[in-house]
Amino acid sequence: MGSRASSLLREEDIEEIKKETGFSHSQITRLYSRFHSLDKGENGALSREDFQRIPELAINPLGDRIINAFFPEGEDQVNFRGFMRTLAHFRPVEDNEKNKDLTSGEPLNSRTNKLLFAFRLYDLDRDDKISRDELLQVLRMMVGVNISDEQLGSIADRTIQEADTNGDMCISFNEFTKVLEKVDVEQKMSIRFLH
Amino acid sequence: MALLRLLLALLIVFSSPCKVTALEGDSAEVGLNYSSKSSETSTSTNVTTATITTLPIVIWKWHHVETPYLVALWILTCWLCKLVVELNHSLTSVIPESGLLIMLGFILGGIVWGADKAQTFKLVPVNFFYYLLPQIVLDASYCMPNKLFFSNLGAILVHAVIGTCWNAGTVGVALWACYEGGAMGTLNIGALQFLLFGALMSAVDPVAVIAVFEEVHVNEVLYILVFGESLLNDGVTVVLYNVFDAFVSLGGPKINAEEIIKGIVSFFVVAFGGSLIGVVFAVLISMLTRVTKNVQVIEAGFIIVLGYLSYLTAEMLSLSAILSITFCGVCCQKYINANMDEKSVTTLRYSLKVLANGSETMIFVFLGLSAIDKNIWVWNTGFILLTILFIVVFRFMGVFFLNWILNQSRLIPIDITDQIVMSYGGLRGAVAYGLAATLDEKKIPEKNLMLGTTLIVVYFTVVLQGITMKPFVQWLKVKKATQADLTLNGKINNRTFEHILTAMEDICGRMGDNWWTRHWKHFEEKYVCWLLMTSDARKHNDQIFGAFHKLNLEDATSYVTEGESKGSLAFIRNDDSASVDFKKKLALEYADIIPDIMADMSEYDFGIDNVPVMKNPIPSVSLGIHEQDSKTMPNDLNAHHLLEQHLYKSRRYNRPTYSRSHYKASENPDEMQEIFQRTMRSRLESFKSAKMGVNPAKKLSKHPKKDSTHKPNGKPADPNRTHPYGDEDFEFSADSASSSDIAGHFSRRSTNAPRAGVDNPAFIPEMDTSAPMRNPPWQTETGNNTAVAPSQRAQGRLPWTPTNLRHLAPLRMSTRSTDSFAMADASVDEEAPEEKPGTHHTRL
Repeated sequence: MGSRASSLLREEDIEEIKKETGFSHSQITRLYSRFHSLDKGENGALSREDFQRIPELAINPLGDRIINAFFPEGEDQVNFRGFMRTLAHFRPVEDNEKNKDLTSGEPLNSRTNKLLFAFRLYDLDRDDKISRDELLQVLRMMVGVNISDEQLGSIADRTIQEADTNGDMCISFNEFTKVLEKVDVEQKMSIRFLH
Repeated sequence: MALLRLLLALLIVFSSPCKVTALEGDSAEVGLNYSSKSSETSTSTNVTTATITTLPIVIWKWHHVETPYLVALWILTCWLCKLVVELNHSLTSVIPESGLLIMLGFILGGIVWGADKAQTFKLVPVNFFYYLLPQIVLDASYCMPNKLFFSNLGAILVHAVIGTCWNAGTVGVALWACYEGGAMGTLNIGALQFLLFGALMSAVDPVAVIAVFEEVHVNEVLYILVFGESLLNDGVTVVLYNVFDAFVSLGGPKINAEEIIKGIVSFFVVAFGGSLIGVVFAVLISMLTRVTKNVQVIEAGFIIVLGYLSYLTAEMLSLSAILSITFCGVCCQKYINANMDEKSVTTLRYSLKVLANGSETMIFVFLGLSAIDKNIWVWNTGFILLTILFIVVFRFMGVFFLNWILNQSRLIPIDITDQIVMSYGGLRGAVAYGLAATLDEKKIPEKNLMLGTTLIVVYFTVVLQGITMKPFVQWLKVKKATQADLTLNGKINNRTFEHILTAMEDICGRMGDNWWTRHWKHFEEKYVCWLLMTSDARKHNDQIFGAFHKLNLEDATSYVTEGESKGSLAFIRNDDSASVDFKKKLALEYADIIPDIMADMSEYDFGIDNVPVMKNPIPSVSLGIHEQDSKTMPNDLNAHHLLEQHLYKSRRYNRPTYSRSHYKASENPDEMQEIFQRTMRSRLESFKSAKMGVNPAKKLSKHPKKDSTHKPNGKPADPNRTHPYGDEDFEFSADSASSSDIAGHFSRRSTNAPRAGVDNPAFIPEMDTSAPMRNPPWQTETGNNTAVAPSQRAQGRLPWTPTNLRHLAPLRMSTRSTDSFAMADASVDEEAPEEKPGTHHTRL
């Protein structure tokens, strides 16, 4: 299956993806075969339904938000390059990459990009701010029914207060980065892709 | 030098009992540290056989208390040693505490030797393994950072199992090879004995290295790897030791392939069986704590006892006891912490710490003490030096090799400095000594050489490596732990990250580490929590909510501190809007965390000041508390304050046994006068109403007596003396008649009594003497605040319950806790005249 799938992928595509995302050749072909098996419509692109067919995502409280993150604004198809671009956020930061940062722009798996990915999950209206309501929605998804709305509301308030430095009762991306300053985002937002 | 003198003085105290015991020649088995050597010198001069000619008033019964007395004295000595060691902080920062304790052990041993000319006391393996080790392991495993442990369990197991086997095998084989090569002269040791020795030498001691790690805050992965490894490694070592021991007793020729396979199988059965026993006990403990709500006083004890039983049970089944108690502690901590009351959790935590630190101290002192024995010192330079060389070299090789394998599959590889520190952290400790001391002299003729070498290795690693560890870690610039403060943002986003990662793994179609975590969580939520947690605890088991609660508690604490620094919590009355104090609090909180936020403080203030006009109904948590209760809060606080000022001081404070505040009562003679007058008035009233009563004569006879004691000085300076005993007896019987546990009833009855018009005059005197300080103010001044006032007072009397601070967050104040405090208060007050200060907390 893998060989058939990878044969659909042209070498120059692989090279480009490699350059853009930093994945290795074998990782790209492996992920392409996964992409191919998810693509039930066989049109070289994934729709939301294709993602929703993954059973585990249905029980992930943030599943739908995460699926949305794959799709650029206003589109409901994602091709392999877009797919890889999103996945590249979660590539672990390797030692030799740390020094490269300055020369070749910000890689997709940089700390900022990882944080931005998480930030966008909250920020539904894309105004670069997490409002109380947006936070509350995500919180509601993540906590059980045992916590009352009032309690959740005060949790949200407190969370915003913790991060909010300019007093607009919203969390901007800068504030978001700052409040997570001490969290080891590089490690906590990375998964291991098989080589 | 004062230090030395103190020690000498101590030891003089000891040497006399020592001599007595030496003379009386008791069997060594009973004593904790009492060796059998002394029985040789027995001269059977027994006191007890003497015939009694006259009734003795006082007898010298040393013989009766000898064993427990010696044990207690030794415990005291060891703990005093720790005290001495900790006196000088600059010293402990250079030499680790364990090393210093060993040195003090040398000195103590020297003094005992000087007094007895023989080694009277030493660490007996049985005592070590049954009475000293379990609590250390239980404490370590109970306090283990759970999540970190399980997420690194793979690496820990690899190091603990394979690493230990590697160390044992290579050290044994290498020593044997050197022996065959003639590096040690002639010794009566075979290859198997060398392997046995290698096995016992592979036990890594957690204590010393962890102390250093905690001090320099090494990163958490390194911490958990070394900590987890050294903990599990102890268990594995014991198993390995037993297998080799069995081989040794079997003898060389009889060992064939079958036996070796049996040995390997037994290794795994013992190790995993022990762990399983631990898990079973963890389940038992968790289930038990679901129902121990009514016996909160001993709740914490259950965990200790059951943990100990898990150790003994595994030992009984010849499974690994250390692994059993380790897994017991690690697995049950989450559930019992959720099930038990916060007070019990604190109690358990502290009592475990006391036990563990206590026995740790004893172990190190006795490690030093045991060295002063000329019998065990069989010197063999080659053997000793080669052992030290091999354990260090092979430890390094093993750690590097295993980490290289592990790094192939680790997301974040263990870097080279961490690996060096891991290898260097392989200190040998008490387990190695305990195992060496267990060696059977009949099977291993060179036992003393092995024992002596073990001691030298322990001293070498604990003292030398311990001293160099800290500079070494600093010199290598080992990655430090990021000091993560508890923030809701951190908690929430950690959770978000987890969800994102699992989703990504699902999308990529591979079962990663997160897959396991998530499925376990799912399973746990569905079944395990249902089985092991009370429904109450399940409800509050949300991590985000937990963090929220913790933060609120912290707020409350700092709120109180701040309030107290200004004299009284009542300062809140002066500030109309509660947001003001929250702002101060925040300023305080952030001031010492991030200095650059300080620069934004003006902005910050601005934001907070705006809070009340914001559209959000509940702008912040702390604010939420204030605002939600804004109607009741100020009233409540006023009431509290009022009560605080106007409640009469109990005479309890008056008693000289409570030295801390006994002179306070005399501050206010007016109060006494007032009480006295009021009492008299109410008595008069009740006297009138009871005129037709059953037994007026008794009452009449009683009152003058009482009055006469009260009248002359206006205040009863010492209730002990002035209290009429007849009354006391009477009170007591009335109390027990109304079944002592319903103390709440009692106080209620006494509050109701005057209004209801008492028809039994018997209750009047007691009501008047025990309750007058509380009754009048309630009725006259504050009306419905009866439930709150005693709780606050009870709080003052229970200094060991920091979690009572919940009262400051009325949001979380439950009626249950108020009730129990009211009851506590009532029972305490009632017992006060009975002069039993020691008993009152058992009633809680």
